[in-house]
Amino acid sequence: MPERAARPQPKNPILRTRQPTLPPASRSRVALGLTAAAARGCFALQVCRDCGAVQYPPREVCGACLSHRLIWRPQDGKGALITETTLRTAQELYFRERLPWRVGIVRLDAGVNLIAYLHAGVGAAPCRVRVEAALDRAGQAAFVAIPEKGRPDLSDDPKLREFTCDPRGRKILVTDGKTSVGQAIVQALVKAGADKIWIGEAEPWKKISGLEALRALPQATVIPLDVTDGGSVQELAGEIGGKVDILINTADYHRTFSINSRRGVETAQLEMDVNYFGLLRLSQAFAPMLKARAADQPSNAIAWVNLLSIFALANYSPHGTYSASKAAAFSLSQALRAELRAAGLRVINIFPGPIDDEWDQLEMPPKLSPASLATATVEALKGSVEDVYPGDVAQDWVARHLDNPKALEREAGEGAR
Amino acid sequence: MSAPAPYDDVVLAAPVTVPYVRYSTKSAHWFLGRAVAELLAVAKIPKARIDGLAVASFTLAPDTAVGLTQHLGMTVRWLDHVPMGGASGIVSIRRAARAVQNGDAEIVACIAGDTNHTDSFRRNTSAFSQFSQDAVYPYGSGGPNASFAFLTAYYMRTYGATREDFGKLCVAQRDNALKNPLALFKKPLTLEQYLDARLVANPLRLFDCVMPCAGGEGFLVMRRETAEELGLHYARLLGAIERHNAFADDPVQYRGGWVMDRDNLYAQAGVAPEDIDFLETYDDYPVINVLQFEGLGFCREGEGPAFVRANTFEVDGSFPFNTSGGQLSVGQAGAAGGHLGITEAIRQLTGQPLGAQVLNARHGIVSGFGMINYDRGVCSGAVVLAAP
Amino acid sequence: MKAAKNARSRKKTLSRTMRKKSRVTERHAKKGAPVPSANDLHAVLRAAATGGIHLVDLTQTLSSDFPPIVLPPEMGQSRPFRMEEISRYDERGPAWYWNNVSFGEHTGTHFDAPIHWISGRDLPHNTTDTVPIGHFIAPACVIDCSTEAKKDADFLLTVERIKAWEKQHGRVPALSWVLMRTDWSKRIDPVAYQNLDATGQHTPGPDPDCVRFLVEERDVLGFGTETIGTDAGQAAHFSPPYPCHYYMHGAGKYGLQCLCNLDRLPATGALIVAAPLKIRRGSGSPLRVFAIVPGR
Repeated sequence: MPERAARPQPKNPILRTRQPTLPPASRSRVALGLTAAAARGCFALQVCRDCGAVQYPPREVCGACLSHRLIWRPQDGKGALITETTLRTAQELYFRERLPWRVGIVRLDAGVNLIAYLHAGVGAAPCRVRVEAALDRAGQAAFVAIPEKGRPDLSDDPKLREFTCDPRGRKILVTDGKTSVGQAIVQALVKAGADKIWIGEAEPWKKISGLEALRALPQATVIPLDVTDGGSVQELAGEIGGKVDILINTADYHRTFSINSRRGVETAQLEMDVNYFGLLRLSQAFAPMLKARAADQPSNAIAWVNLLSIFALANYSPHGTYSASKAAAFSLSQALRAELRAAGLRVINIFPGPIDDEWDQLEMPPKLSPASLATATVEALKGSVEDVYPGDVAQDWVARHLDNPKALEREAGEGAR
Repeated sequence: MSAPAPYDDVVLAAPVTVPYVRYSTKSAHWFLGRAVAELLAVAKIPKARIDGLAVASFTLAPDTAVGLTQHLGMTVRWLDHVPMGGASGIVSIRRAARAVQNGDAEIVACIAGDTNHTDSFRRNTSAFSQFSQDAVYPYGSGGPNASFAFLTAYYMRTYGATREDFGKLCVAQRDNALKNPLALFKKPLTLEQYLDARLVANPLRLFDCVMPCAGGEGFLVMRRETAEELGLHYARLLGAIERHNAFADDPVQYRGGWVMDRDNLYAQAGVAPEDIDFLETYDDYPVINVLQFEGLGFCREGEGPAFVRANTFEVDGSFPFNTSGGQLSVGQAGAAGGHLGITEAIRQLTGQPLGAQVLNARHGIVSGFGMINYDRGVCSGAVVLAAP
Repeated sequence: MKAAKNARSRKKTLSRTMRKKSRVTERHAKKGAPVPSANDLHAVLRAAATGGIHLVDLTQTLSSDFPPIVLPPEMGQSRPFRMEEISRYDERGPAWYWNNVSFGEHTGTHFDAPIHWISGRDLPHNTTDTVPIGHFIAPACVIDCSTEAKKDADFLLTVERIKAWEKQHGRVPALSWVLMRTDWSKRIDPVAYQNLDATGQHTPGPDPDCVRFLVEERDVLGFGTETIGTDAGQAAHFSPPYPCHYYMHGAGKYGLQCLCNLDRLPATGALIVAAPLKIRRGSGSPLRVFAIVPGR
């Protein structure tokens, strides 16, 4: 039974709010390959196709044989911590504010050196470690060496907690608590130790029994929120925007029509109004306040989570207009990510495949249960990722998309009439 | 590998220093321009007589040596921009020596200079190299302090060096600097002060780290007959080596590139380590001094601590070392940090030291090192100089 | 068998009603009703200014809070009222404030034209832009069911109830509005206003026989309610489903819903002004509907 996180002291209102600073953010393009893998929770390095040499730091040609055929491959991260230091001074504000920092050089068994943050659980050099890829607050890949045995959470180390968006002790807005997914996410957040959860409810005259059960939770407060109504969004932002640490946008209007299986654009307009414009309204109302509190104490704004769909990557024609609305939301979320990155806020996009709910009733299994999706969402917050593909179908689709997006376009369109 | 051609009749003359200041609003061009002006004054030659120019600087951007030619109004027939940090001086000598030997130039000015604004150090280190930008700086932005902390910790653990060993070197250098009117550090340093100083990145403390500043250094390279024609005091070049990205597979840099070429260096010079009367190392951190003692054959690899304990390093000690104080006690004027040992060596060998004189200084070695591109200093080099 | 019988009898009702309607209009024309003069019209305005007559606003405010009609999720959805600001004396428009608004034709206080229902699809003058302008002002009969509706959310207005009302107030005139007062508009909480549960919506309305009576025997202009929809909340289960829409629109008659302030109207004597927006091929529109009431 998880304990309620100890309530932090309220902030002294006459003190100036701390402003966010970031670790160094610039990287060469080839180094962004590390970030691409870390965004999905993967530690990958370049490997030469011709001679097999592993490369680090990232580069354009093989450091051994000069071949240009370098490909990114996941690594197990095993290696030896050969030397370390604890920084007591730093040149960048971000690090100065958070001194001291413990860093070290790890010699990977794969044969390269890398500099990494050292988890508090790692002993003094020399010792065996395992390296994982995380995302730092600038949204770039950062390596963390953890003890060889065991799998400590990043958030166990107070220095590294900032690499995560751990919901423990946080105040969280779930924009739609009426869907089965929204309800499951609320339950999972309670289990993860969230301090307070605002649950958005539109159309209160449509009663959903699952929501009624959530009202009884001590952490929960049901609040009116209709993402199709700019006034409703602005009003809620005015009321709670200055307190939200994590915003999870679960508002999702899902209908199951291809272009020609539903005449008129009325249904598609609603899909766009909720899935795309809803995100835009939420962003305009809440993003400025989250940014202003990105370094607030004792608890800061840290993350924005969007429940998208794997169909945002490639249009699933039987749900063609729905897919398009999720693609629009995906594109907008990238703009939101760029804006929020400046303040060190993370945008996490969840791309589930078909969910075991009423709108995917006719989809063949495997389908994702709302509880599994909720677990994946909370794990993403506790980890250090920004793109999440939960479940078998999502994993399958993203692999196909990375391998050959045109082939996936054809495959996803096979259900069309 | 065939032996390189000897450096017959190549000499170094007219050592100049543009006094160091902690911060300056001027650009690098000012310090480099002052260095050239000083060279002309000391050598008593017109500007047009300098027909070769080798430049090293971290803060000259967006200019390189090219921009400097127009800025300073110089027409040259040999030009080199040397971006090798503390090895630039040694490498400049090697380039200029062959140029004057072959008649590609008659008098080459080797100059180095940098300005230092309040944010210069951070700007320089934050965009130092692609590998540093991608794989080092984002991890704490500790700059070279972090890189050398790694190295020092490893060396101490592996070879049993103690902080007292490094402290001994720093205290000796400070003692040497106190006699140097141009050194920025004016107060003596005790071992206790060294040991108790504020932590920077363990095991490094305050006095393990150089102080970045603005300043300039310069000297001329020419053939001996030119120096005699001009009536200049000079030091002879007996041998010179350089090596870059040596021992790339060593997990940590516990030996420098000199190991690969020191036999060649002594063969060129026709001397052995015991013939060397003083050593000017590139001393951005004390551990690098020890790597240079080992790398240049003054002791065996891994025996640096014993060597330090067995010697004294003041100007009048058993092993005169960084006789003007080195960067750690004079200041590091950017890329000029690798030239200050050269100008000091020329002064010692021509009997005109800024500070105290090493007795019977007949042969000296100047060593260069630099460019922490990623996790080790990539560039290294050394020259053997002799009195006239 | 019974379904077919009902269908046939429904068809009969429709054609009979249409024939009756034209007969009534002829009768009126023949009678030579008096034509008001300009003085008469000024007298009305003077009475409005001095309180001899007063106006009652029967319209709910259009805002995004007002609940729209609830339909099963598989159906096309009628949009609630939404307002997006274009500019407000700012960089988007320095000296002006204005909005883009969107709504369904049947959002808020609104008018139903006959084309809205399948039974009225082929009638002449059945769209909001072709409804005869003469029908925009009409007398109102207000039937107070507020006590019954308070006790029973599914209360149905019956023929008997109409006849009881007529005993007191006289026969329902032809071409008049029949307004069912339930005080439902006083339920300002949208949840209470919608009154939905797992068995659907529970709001009062007319039963099928009552509607047929008003259409066939009284030739009314239309039916008005305070609820969303002229039909009762459970009317999907009636025979025929949604009888008020079916019979009224099938006879070329109209609907008014989401009315308010019916409790300020006399049982008879008020004139209703209800002019829908002139939307080409419109099935209805939100509108400003008000009553002209004699006396203070």
